[in-house]
Amino acid sequence: MNTRSFAASNVLNGVTALAVLVALYLALVYAPPAANLVGAAQIAQRIFYFHVPSAWVGFLAFFVTFVASIAYLWKGGRHWDVLALSSVEIGLVFTTMVVTTGPLWAKPTWGVWWVWADPKLSTVAVLWLIYFAYLMLRNTVDDEARRARLAAVLGIVGFLDVPIVFGAVRWWGQGIAHPIVFGSGGLRGSPRMLSTFLFCLGAFTLLYVALLIQRVRLEGMRHEVEGLKLRIHES
Amino acid sequence: MLYKILAIVHKDIIAELRTKEMFSSMFVFALLVIVIFNFAFELRVANVKQVAPGVLWVAFTFAGMLGLNRSFILEKDKGCLEGLLLAPVDRSAIYFGKMLGNLIFMSVVEAIVLPIFWILFNPPLFSPALILVIVLGTVGFAGVGTLFSAIAVHTRAREVMLPILLFPIVVPLMIAAVKITGGLLDGQPLSEMRNWLNLLVGFDVIFLTVSYMTFEYVVEE
Repeated sequence: MNTRSFAASNVLNGVTALAVLVALYLALVYAPPAANLVGAAQIAQRIFYFHVPSAWVGFLAFFVTFVASIAYLWKGGRHWDVLALSSVEIGLVFTTMVVTTGPLWAKPTWGVWWVWADPKLSTVAVLWLIYFAYLMLRNTVDDEARRARLAAVLGIVGFLDVPIVFGAVRWWGQGIAHPIVFGSGGLRGSPRMLSTFLFCLGAFTLLYVALLIQRVRLEGMRHEVEGLKLRIHES
Repeated sequence: MLYKILAIVHKDIIAELRTKEMFSSMFVFALLVIVIFNFAFELRVANVKQVAPGVLWVAFTFAGMLGLNRSFILEKDKGCLEGLLLAPVDRSAIYFGKMLGNLIFMSVVEAIVLPIFWILFNPPLFSPALILVIVLGTVGFAGVGTLFSAIAVHTRAREVMLPILLFPIVVPLMIAAVKITGGLLDGQPLSEMRNWLNLLVGFDVIFLTVSYMTFEYVVEE
């Protein structure tokens, strides 16, 4: 990475940090409390501003891995593999945030921590398992090219499974469903709620991009260090 | 092409008939699953028939897992995989050959376990629709399982990796298969569960295609 793009990525990091702080303020202070809720459920509703963007980033990250995996098998090139790995790691962090904030919200609202019959909940749980297995797979293959190939296959198969899991759980469970906050038939959140939500969505997406760039950079540096070590051994 | 696929299946069947290792372990394991679940549930569940579809599918898939594990480990340990790759056959022929072999082993085990399951759980009726569901479920499981078996054999953990990789992927297959099996045991006609059947067929088609397309990248040296 040259100095120019290094400076650019530093600017991006600064902007992202600021955006996340503003998002925190908007979600906790600026957004009005939900009028139709009371007590703990009303406070818990604010989780929504971080919960939904986390889920979005999770899906986006795994989609990037899916595309990068196809590109790796099709065209080859180590950078596609690095991109796929980096995106899975970040996606897994955000998916973990989804499955921890979700139950925190569900307990005061639904009265239970977890409902298997809810399609979104179960899909995210399965998603988490698939991509955790992805990282485990990478850790158990020694040869670099083979590791990249096997991981790419799982990156493709795993992502294709997601809509099927979602469809299956949706037909299966007729239990509690996720609330629809915006759009027709929803809770009709106020304009302030909508702007807060959209800002959080943007901030989280920015955070994903910033993390991805740093993670890819880190992998490049690690590779460089390994190359240097090898040269020291040879000389 | 078909001849080459059948040659690989033939090879697997002969190897298995010599030792009967895989078959006997799969069969005994499936029986054990049924016996253990029977005891585990009988104490708390009033109507054992409610859990019967789940027990049946857990028995099938866990036993299938044992077979899938052996499928490529045998090839890898004796260096047979290199031989197969060097043979003048398409990679897809290897995939379909191994997949058909796994499908046959699983089907034979299922054909023996099913009557025993019937005797132990005594469900109300037996229908040809159930056979169809079992076949569709087994095809999907063996289809994606063969791909993952080839992946797992190249990892350090091998036997441990296969269930960790495969089970999350087959969740929708399990849901659909258990749902239809349960519906059939309750006396519902298959036509009422059209969407589940579509899901099962869709899973089979999608994952057979993807496995066939990606298999060559997995076995490539």
